[in-house]
Amino acid sequence: MNSPTDPGFVQLLTPDGRRVAHPDFAYPGDDASIAQHLRAMVLARRLDSEATALQRKGQLALWPPLLGQEAAQVGSVAAVGPRDEVIPSYRDHAVAIGMGVTPLELLRTFRGTDMVPWDSRALRCHLYSFVIGTQVLHATGLAMGMRLDGMVGNPDPDADGAAIVYFGDGATSQGDVNEAFVFAASYTAPLVFFCQNNQYAISVPSETQSRIPLYRRASGFGIPGVRVDGNDVLAVQAVTAWALDRARRGQGPTFIEAFTYRMGAHTTSDDPTKYRERAEEASWRERDPIGRVRAYLRSTGAIDDLWEGHLANEADALAEEVRAEVPALPDPDLADWFTRAYVRTPAGLLRQQAEFVAYEASVEEIA
Amino acid sequence: MTTMTLAKALNAGLRRALEADPRVLLLGEDIGTLGGVFRITEGLQAEHPGRVLDTPLAESGIVGTAVGLCLRGYRPVVEIQFDGFVFPAFDQLVSQVARLRSRSHGRLTVPLVVRIPYGGGIGAIEHHSESPEAYFAHTPGLKVVSPATPADAYWMIQQAIASDDPVIFFEPKRRYYERGDVDPDAVPAPLHAARVARPGTDATLLAYGPMVRTCLDAAEAAAAEGRDLEVIDLRSLAPLDEDVVVASVERTGRCIIVHEAPRTLGLGAELAARVQERCFYSLESPVLRVTGYDLPYPPAKAEHAYLPDVDRVLAAVDRSFAEEIR
Repeated sequence: MNSPTDPGFVQLLTPDGRRVAHPDFAYPGDDASIAQHLRAMVLARRLDSEATALQRKGQLALWPPLLGQEAAQVGSVAAVGPRDEVIPSYRDHAVAIGMGVTPLELLRTFRGTDMVPWDSRALRCHLYSFVIGTQVLHATGLAMGMRLDGMVGNPDPDADGAAIVYFGDGATSQGDVNEAFVFAASYTAPLVFFCQNNQYAISVPSETQSRIPLYRRASGFGIPGVRVDGNDVLAVQAVTAWALDRARRGQGPTFIEAFTYRMGAHTTSDDPTKYRERAEEASWRERDPIGRVRAYLRSTGAIDDLWEGHLANEADALAEEVRAEVPALPDPDLADWFTRAYVRTPAGLLRQQAEFVAYEASVEEIA
Repeated sequence: MTTMTLAKALNAGLRRALEADPRVLLLGEDIGTLGGVFRITEGLQAEHPGRVLDTPLAESGIVGTAVGLCLRGYRPVVEIQFDGFVFPAFDQLVSQVARLRSRSHGRLTVPLVVRIPYGGGIGAIEHHSESPEAYFAHTPGLKVVSPATPADAYWMIQQAIASDDPVIFFEPKRRYYERGDVDPDAVPAPLHAARVARPGTDATLLAYGPMVRTCLDAAEAAAAEGRDLEVIDLRSLAPLDEDVVVASVERTGRCIIVHEAPRTLGLGAELAARVQERCFYSLESPVLRVTGYDLPYPPAKAEHAYLPDVDRVLAAVDRSFAEEIR
């Protein structure tokens, strides 16, 4: 069932690095922009492996690796326009970085020194969500609000905007996600449902979530569904750009299934050898999202050893920075959190804060 | 000054809030064309088309999309049709609405109001008579209020909508059609202030929502027997206006808490704990609770026995005085 050869499958760059045409979708950029995608993917993968290493050294509480999903994330976020809003899940590190979140802000969340520290409104990149699927409803409401604010179908397309929300194959079983499909269709919300089908919800294969290809579910909600090669950054960008454009023009939501593979573990607490075969992992390594772009750009001469050397240095510098800065992150002071829950903090909670501060001071005196 | 039912007062309050702030939106099942199953939103869609939305039948969807509307700067007021139907939205309320400000380090606010008709006494079938307020009062990040009178209904709904913090607004549905004076030119009390509904000297009855009327009736009956009971209408369940409660109990020396919700870990448990913490040396007898029993809400023909009424409140008052003798 979930074979990539399903008739809806959109691919513009083959696993061996050849450009192919598609009747409906074309990549809008040139080789220079593809090289930028390669850079973003390589840096994301390096941050990812560095974060996994930091967790192994006890410097992070947890890390959900994006390994294998770089093209789905880099390609989709490249289609986001200046008035669009992004609502990520919790593995969408390359999306967040594409929207301006810093690596250290991401790592603070997973070290446990902060909840979600970035300025989501300024960056137009919402907070990570950790309860599966809840953010899809938030995105739907946000998109409903954008429509109410007159941000779709304007004579000047620069005045238009849409939202894109990220979730996985497991989330498609959640009630919230299905309710989001209903609301988004009903209110013609300018929203792109971007589902990264990475084949597993921790250990459970996507066949347990759905007996039909996920993208085909959308039509039952009155929403167009497209399956794209999620390891093909060109196809992902082309399909996402089309879907966002539809949304901005007032034509409503689209469901994109980015067919990809979680090459690593669900999180650093997981052990994929318990539920999948090495042969399967090997077959997906042949479809690596980075290798094909590198092969293509090498074949056209757009990149060379020098270019790749610079990129390797950049990745090393990023890794070094992260290794140095993460252990130095200060622990949070609980006293600060008493005034964050409410705009108007109740008097009783302020008394608890004073009680806490006085107690801490008394303990310090003894120590 | 006008006399109106609590239901009409809510309708008038919602109308005024819609007129006062173009970012106010109403969302819920059947609230538009029909005006809500209790007609609380009657006529509002006709006056504000596009701002009063009939939603699909999905409570989590209603609350979850309202969060997204808050992120766009809207102030959504959502109606949960009946108390027993709030639970599909429970995750959105406790894991999302309540936490978003903390999660964003105070950058994001959720100025959401969730209106919930609650409580029993209307002869309804299952899931239409629940009192789930303790779940929400227990959740940091939420504020929880319940008006008992038409005047409070009129003002408190507007104050809840003006609140930048999320407010769960429990409406005592068995009191929807009781009448009272509403003065639209009055200066209302703060949203989270308790109110002395009836001053008295001998014992303090603590109640909120539908049980305030029951306690006032009990106080009238007790007066005929020579006991002067004070009735405190808490109005706000989270945060609690502790000072008004403490001042009263310190004067009367006796405290009886009355609510419809089951006893164990209900609001009465928290109130009793706070009263003994702060009024221990003023108490003449143990703090008592008159509540629903620790049962799933019973069939309608048995609810009269389940719900606190005047007689059960008076029996508790007698017990409070008897404890002193023993």
